[in-house]
Amino acid sequence: MSLTDHDVKNIAHLARLELTEEQLPVYVDSLSKIFDFVAQLDAADTASVEPMAHPLADQVQRMRPDEVLDSDQHAKYQRNAPRVEADLYLVPKVIE
Amino acid sequence: MTELHHLTLAELNEGLRARRFSSVELTRHFLARIERLNPALNALITVTAEQALAAAHRADELLASGEAGALAGLPLVHKDIFCTDGVLTTCGSRMLSNFVAPYDATIVEKLSQSGVVMLGKANMDEFAMGSSNETSFYGPVKNPWDLKKVPGGSSGGSAAAVAARLAPVATATDTGGSIRQPAALTGLTGLKPTYGRVSRYGMIAFASSLDQAGTLTYTAKDAALVLRDMAGFDPRDSTSVDTPVPDYLATLDQPLAGLKIGLLKEFFEGGLEESTAKLIREALQVYERLGAKLVEVSLPNLPLSVPTYYVVAPAECSSNLSRFDGVRFGYRCENPKDLVDMYKRSRGEGFGAEVKRRIMTGTYVLSAGYYDAYYLRAQKVRRLITDDFARAFQQVDVLMGPTSPTPAFDIGAKVDDPITMYLNDIYTIGANLAGLPALSIPCGTVGGLPVGLQIIGPHFAEAKLLNVAHGYQNETPWHRAIPKGYE
Amino acid sequence: MMSWETVIGLEIHAQLATRSKIFSSAATAFGAAPNAQANLVDLGYPGVLPVLNREAVRMAVKFGLAIGAQISPRSIFARKNYFYPDLPKGYQISQYEKPVVEKGRMQILLEDGTVKVIGITRAHLEEDAGKSLHEDFHGASGIDLNRAGTPLLEIVSEPDMRSAKEAVAYLKKIHTLVRYLEICDGNMQEGSFRCDANVSVRPVGQEKFGTRCEIKNLNSFRYIEKAINYEVARQIEEIESGRKIVQETRLFDPDKGETRSLRSKEEANDYRYFPDPDLLPVVIEQDFIESVRATLPELPDQKAARYIEKFGLSAYDAGVLTASREMGDYYEAVLAALKAKNLEGNEKLAANWTMGELSAALNKDGIEITQTRIDAERLAGLLARIADETISGKIAKEVFESMWAEGKDADTIIEAKGLKQITDTGAIEKTIEEVMAANPKQLADYRSGKDKLFGFFVGQVMKVTGGKANPAQVNELLKKKLAAG
Repeated sequence: MSLTDHDVKNIAHLARLELTEEQLPVYVDSLSKIFDFVAQLDAADTASVEPMAHPLADQVQRMRPDEVLDSDQHAKYQRNAPRVEADLYLVPKVIE
Repeated sequence: MTELHHLTLAELNEGLRARRFSSVELTRHFLARIERLNPALNALITVTAEQALAAAHRADELLASGEAGALAGLPLVHKDIFCTDGVLTTCGSRMLSNFVAPYDATIVEKLSQSGVVMLGKANMDEFAMGSSNETSFYGPVKNPWDLKKVPGGSSGGSAAAVAARLAPVATATDTGGSIRQPAALTGLTGLKPTYGRVSRYGMIAFASSLDQAGTLTYTAKDAALVLRDMAGFDPRDSTSVDTPVPDYLATLDQPLAGLKIGLLKEFFEGGLEESTAKLIREALQVYERLGAKLVEVSLPNLPLSVPTYYVVAPAECSSNLSRFDGVRFGYRCENPKDLVDMYKRSRGEGFGAEVKRRIMTGTYVLSAGYYDAYYLRAQKVRRLITDDFARAFQQVDVLMGPTSPTPAFDIGAKVDDPITMYLNDIYTIGANLAGLPALSIPCGTVGGLPVGLQIIGPHFAEAKLLNVAHGYQNETPWHRAIPKGYE
Repeated sequence: MMSWETVIGLEIHAQLATRSKIFSSAATAFGAAPNAQANLVDLGYPGVLPVLNREAVRMAVKFGLAIGAQISPRSIFARKNYFYPDLPKGYQISQYEKPVVEKGRMQILLEDGTVKVIGITRAHLEEDAGKSLHEDFHGASGIDLNRAGTPLLEIVSEPDMRSAKEAVAYLKKIHTLVRYLEICDGNMQEGSFRCDANVSVRPVGQEKFGTRCEIKNLNSFRYIEKAINYEVARQIEEIESGRKIVQETRLFDPDKGETRSLRSKEEANDYRYFPDPDLLPVVIEQDFIESVRATLPELPDQKAARYIEKFGLSAYDAGVLTASREMGDYYEAVLAALKAKNLEGNEKLAANWTMGELSAALNKDGIEITQTRIDAERLAGLLARIADETISGKIAKEVFESMWAEGKDADTIIEAKGLKQITDTGAIEKTIEEVMAANPKQLADYRSGKDKLFGFFVGQVMKVTGGKANPAQVNELLKKKLAAG
């Protein structure tokens, strides 16, 4: 299935990935190939089949007790942050 | 002369406990090999020499006092996908090239408690996406059997390290074949446990419903030794299964007479090189001699496993990788103009091409108007494939076939075409989709390059798989072969 | 001239009062230092995984039972994908196709006294995001992720409301309910109870709904009414001027009393919902539901109905007294104390004082009924003295004020200040005679026909007796004495 430039630009935006003008045709090409390949799935008879989100059929979600187990470790965690001030993570201004 | 790096993990374990050598000696030995041999292989991204020696000292003390854990003093390498507290954890990506994990993954914690000595972090395909270890930000890994060839992926570094005898065991992960395929290409025993058998907490997520942690070792016995301590319920992982972990060592030697081996019709059709097929047939003959019965089975939906995987895995990864946004950790671009620019350039520059390709594939299949046609459909086919396997296991105990369509290929041979690369996973993906345990063991060579035999079992049949693999290894020499130059 | 009908649906986000977060074991307490309560799971660190908090599920089920809804035996968590700095994982874990609660209802009391049923489409569990702080960082925003991962119950109504007043009435009922159930503290200032309104208009008689706009940033009952009314007027004006309503999100500006379009939304977000692979289906069995049902308190509507039937209170009074669980508990404690004194039958009196003097005093001091300076036992003590005519209602107000200020009981104050009602006929007559003697002109005027001066004499008698003369007796005796002569 062929994707258009517009399709790929849209997806790149949704995924917040920068796409230069040089890169665009490369991705259009490889993504189109992938979707051509994936089109094989159309052949399957899935009319009365339930989708499978987890591989082990009878697993159900465990619930944990409502307990606070963590202490304040923000100093340790913020060592990895690109920009921190007054214990807040800084990002370019968010316009509302 | 038997060098320390010629011994299996089980033999090293026995040697340590008999005090024939110390953990410090062992650790120094492997660290020296790493220093000498790793540069040509590029198997390791980080070497933790000081930490390793400190751990080795501690292990020796515990071994002396009799308080040692089951794996005390044994050197090991962790795939760089596992968070290791205080140690660089890159996932093979520029995005995490500055990321020092503030915590240990559960399996890292467990193995550390058992007393292992971590030598370093293994190179890998970026974010576990690849089948050749060519997408790593840290450069490709070379196959010790032939430095012009790939070791397989995504756990290429783990495989190369163990194959080159830089460490007797490496942890690894398998989402579509990333343990088994490198094991096949480097002559190792690679084990992917049942989904939920081993905790995913601290394992950087690629595709959450497919990822599973496992091992690369020389033998099935070694794998059994490590899995015993790696496996088990983890309350921090909702998908972790709460069933007891058997002693995998205890059942290794059970006789294989009467074992029903299923041969997948679909595995032996088209695309499989005859030289590989011949070795698989010979391996099956060994099993027949041991008393096993071969049964032909068919999994009619299995041919759709690769396209299914290439919808489901990208969908999950596109969401899992959204947290890499330059805000709280990881790579952030220089001088972002505004928020959107920061996101786009941090992620655009931080991620490599294959990762971006998969993120975009995944974003597309989940997007409005396409969800039903792609994602939902793929999840339905996933059920069809899983049901096929379940039906097969009503007739047979295990399934066998090739792990990889070809032995190791040249570095650079397949990078231009994603589909050709994706087809490397054609035999391995089914087990991930169905959450089944599977392993690959060496069964010969073609042109001097190893070939792997894949064994797949029903859910939680790790003991059976290891027993079946061990039986073969008792009769054959392949798992003992060491690549030239690494003896 | 076109006749317009307003259509309103409300989406409420109630923060559930669990100790720890919905998917992590970090604390949820309000007011902590920035990022002190954001653990690795809340921060969306690589490799971490969510594990569901049982208490959040219990609270959701509790709510579902209280609104007569269906509890889904199997519900699914889904990822809602979008990029925003206060959303660490780049997705919010929420529920999409299979929410935990579906198809409930809530009754509201309209101004004309009739009851209307508002449908509740669904209530689902999700995690809250962090907070962006925009001040003080020169061109940058500061992100605090303490709030990230706090459990939310998103309650979605059917578009059943037809006026801002109905919307407020519904909102208040839900607000009261979540506090009754002790699943949410309802603190709108702190953001633990938030409301968005979906508003549209259509010509009366048209079945099809008009295009709706979503109004956000509504954090008080007053604002909601203002915002909805403004928006309705705006939409009508737009349509009548020949323009179409653009489906969009609008922010309410309380200073201007207007709604305005949110600038940054160029196109609708594609959230790419899919079942979260890190979380398994949530199975809620019958015995879980029954164990939650056993913890349901008497619900506000049930309590109000009981007050109307058993105590003869009006629907309005019953509504006020049951607006909070604490108020109802207090009121009934007063009744119990009165009963212990053999003074049953004073429900209306108790209601008036609880809703009146007590509430006024609480408001003045800015405290909650749980912090009252006059407990139920003591208020009952005061009411007992009105009931047995030791003091008049008017004097009682004085006593109340002293009780509030000094923390003493009614009898002590009545004694200390000598406020006992004067009921001695002789004493009253004597006072009347004194007053009559002191005011000859008024007396003459009254006797010559100026009936209005009766009130003057009552006032004078009250003044002389410091308000303590029994009013009924004063009236009776004054009539007799003024007439005579």
